[in-house]
Amino acid sequence: MSRFLPAEAFHGTENAIQLLPLRFERAGYGGYLVSNMVGDFVRLSTDEFHRLVEGNVIPGDDLYEKAFAAHLVSRAGQTAQLQVVAARLRSRMAFLREPSALHMFVVTLRCEHSCPYCQVSRQSTDKSRFDMTEDTAERALSIALESPAAHIKIEFQGGEPLLNFPLIAKIVENAIQAAPKVGKEVEFVIASNLALLTDDILAYCKRNSILLSTSLDGPEDLHNRNRPRPGGNSYKLAVNGIKAAQKALGTDRVGALMTTTEASLDRVEEIIDEYVALGLDGVFLRPLSPYGFAVKTKQIKKYDAKRWLDFYKRGLHYILDINRAGQDFFEFYTLLLLRRMLTDQPIGYVDLRSPAGIGLGALVYNYDGKVFASDEGRMLAEMGDNTFELGHVDSDNYRSLILSDKLIELVGSSLTQCAPECLNCVYESHCGANPVYHHATQNDPVGIKPLSFFCVRQKGILSTLIDLLDNSPNEAKVLRQWSAM
Amino acid sequence: MTLPLHGIAVKVRGLNLEHPWQVIRAHAATNPSGHAADAALIKSQDDVAAAIGSGFKKAIVIGEVLANGLDEMPGVVNLADQYEYLADGDILGLQAGTRHFRTLYRRSSTHNSFLVTERCNHYCLMCSQPPRDIDDRWILDEIKAAILLVDPQTKSFAFTGGEPLLEWRTFIEVLEQCRDMLPNTAVHVLTNGRAFANNAVVSAWEGVRHPNLMAAIPIYSAVDCVHDYVVQAQGAFHDTVLGVLKLKDRGQRVEIRVVLHAITAPRIVDTCRWIARNLPFVDHVALMGLENTGFTLANMDLLWIDPVDYKEALARAVEYLVFAGVKVSIYNLPRCVLAKSTWPFAVQSISDWKNGFVEACDACIERPRCSGFFTSGRPKYSRGVTPILARLEAIA
Repeated sequence: MSRFLPAEAFHGTENAIQLLPLRFERAGYGGYLVSNMVGDFVRLSTDEFHRLVEGNVIPGDDLYEKAFAAHLVSRAGQTAQLQVVAARLRSRMAFLREPSALHMFVVTLRCEHSCPYCQVSRQSTDKSRFDMTEDTAERALSIALESPAAHIKIEFQGGEPLLNFPLIAKIVENAIQAAPKVGKEVEFVIASNLALLTDDILAYCKRNSILLSTSLDGPEDLHNRNRPRPGGNSYKLAVNGIKAAQKALGTDRVGALMTTTEASLDRVEEIIDEYVALGLDGVFLRPLSPYGFAVKTKQIKKYDAKRWLDFYKRGLHYILDINRAGQDFFEFYTLLLLRRMLTDQPIGYVDLRSPAGIGLGALVYNYDGKVFASDEGRMLAEMGDNTFELGHVDSDNYRSLILSDKLIELVGSSLTQCAPECLNCVYESHCGANPVYHHATQNDPVGIKPLSFFCVRQKGILSTLIDLLDNSPNEAKVLRQWSAM
Repeated sequence: MTLPLHGIAVKVRGLNLEHPWQVIRAHAATNPSGHAADAALIKSQDDVAAAIGSGFKKAIVIGEVLANGLDEMPGVVNLADQYEYLADGDILGLQAGTRHFRTLYRRSSTHNSFLVTERCNHYCLMCSQPPRDIDDRWILDEIKAAILLVDPQTKSFAFTGGEPLLEWRTFIEVLEQCRDMLPNTAVHVLTNGRAFANNAVVSAWEGVRHPNLMAAIPIYSAVDCVHDYVVQAQGAFHDTVLGVLKLKDRGQRVEIRVVLHAITAPRIVDTCRWIARNLPFVDHVALMGLENTGFTLANMDLLWIDPVDYKEALARAVEYLVFAGVKVSIYNLPRCVLAKSTWPFAVQSISDWKNGFVEACDACIERPRCSGFFTSGRPKYSRGVTPILARLEAIA
């Protein structure tokens, strides 16, 4: 007689096995993709899935072991596993502890470019009407400094913000003086097409640790076609600007974003090559957003979600090949989603969170002093829709903006945790509410998700990534590395 | 080779035979000492005179009793030749009445550990120190006495068991003593972690505010019933996981230990993926080759798996932890049975007193970096043990 007990002796019959909350989707191969409360995925066969939901699970049958480790079942009366899940959920949602960390200042709506896809509806004339005044900027800054986040980012937007550079300098100086007095750290970004970049501006950026973010749509002909300006030299100016900024500020102090137009769809490799050649550390394959001229000129209607997803997948594979050949190069949206999927770091990216990032993630101070809950919110306002206008710098403070009935209603009504379709979606943990997008496209902050490009794009990307992680070991290795960045 | 760390003295004379135990520190015979626990270390005739000249009242004599002059030494403990390794600063625990003694601490070793108790609330299938249900609470008093004698330059040592936290109040006092007496010594406590499910224990542990303390806690599986089976205790997984969470919630340092055998190794990828996803905040994970001693010998059929048969799984398990930013090490496994990708994580973990190599190792270029083998118990070798030779192109 052994002093040791057999495995069966520890199968524990006193504590009932309970099903924990889960989400699922029938998967192409006939089984089920299942996710737990914190978005870990597990694949189950149809038989396993049915046994799981019927409670026909016992230790030793392999399904119990799989389901317990994946937090799909627990034991009645045992708290440790629930504490693990609770701690993870708390970490994932911790971005809520730093509300309104991003403050965007639209220092002018004027721009010397005339992009047909312009989503902010830029103006070309009338300095007095479309530039932010010093008084407005001062009020906006004081609201930004009232927000609770200890570390805030001030982003200068346009139009082309360099057309009003003196105001940028004024705001930077005031912020650097005022922030330490309220115990805050401030970081600055200028979102610019770089056409008007000068050595003086670069030296100023260097002195004040200002980051630059610009637009680069790909090879010269594509970029110039997407982004016309007098002289037809947008590409040259952007590339020269990027190089000058890399030299003056450091390669990690300037980034670029691309916008996908119909003309981009067949050229993803060339677009990526362009970014690699410039020594940029990654690309953000970004679809057009349904605002401003992109809607007016019908650019937005020229491709659907499926065509965009094909573009994205081709691009992702091309980028993974670059990585497998030994060069680190990222697709930034994928990287964000991987961090959501494979870690519990709080990711506060404004489009990918619920509660939504409107107001709670960012505030936008328009050139005219109006305050919006998001950048897209002010884009809608230029189209005559004031849904996301929270107030005005002259008559509001941080509290009145963030606690306005309007914002609470918009955030409260769009939670993916309880919105139709989202509530049961296997990808919910890694998605976001994005009420501005759904309001813009469906006139409803929740929207009917199967009709949403955003939803189709999210599902398409996430299912692509899960497939790679599960079935392509070499690609999975690169993706796992990204998640650790 | 294996150093004998305990035994029976050949002779004990003039030492307090009534007291059940005492702690003695070996001291260079030429060097006078004021400490009552210090005994001159005598290995030669010259040492005898030196010890008496230095005014020692007691001595540790190694080997054949030396003829001249020893009679003048009031207290003598005489040990056999095999304890020749004892050196200045080493500490013995002696039960004078029975002549039983143990080497508690060797100053030159980086692998010192104090056994706190032989009692345990687990009964692990592979326990290397099979528990005994005896009242050995006196050991904690012995440890308290020994701590006072440990060289404050000591980099680290461990407390093991049994389960050190069974008498947690007294053990916390020992930790406080370590904090005060040995502030530069890292302390590793090998515990099953169940005690930390109790808030009072976590609070006391945190309250010590030791500058360099680590709780090393085993989790053998992501599945409750598998872990409970390995440790032969119902409810163990629950208490241990709760304990780890509570420790980390209070900012305490935690190492997770997984011993690899036929029950744990086939699931090691799942276990490490689970740790990476659920406990990425632990400070270290140690994946440990099995030591064929203690209960492992009785359960060999149940536990033996050739390490080469889980080599690839171990590599994947390590990868999951690394990508999650978790610090990971592989203990007790020689490089020849490990995937090359895991070599950077494989450390020379086997305690110096029970560490050795086999003949095949003579030709191996990795030997200076390799863990080698346990010499304790009844060593069982992988069929994968083979010298790693210089790569051909490197020779050409």
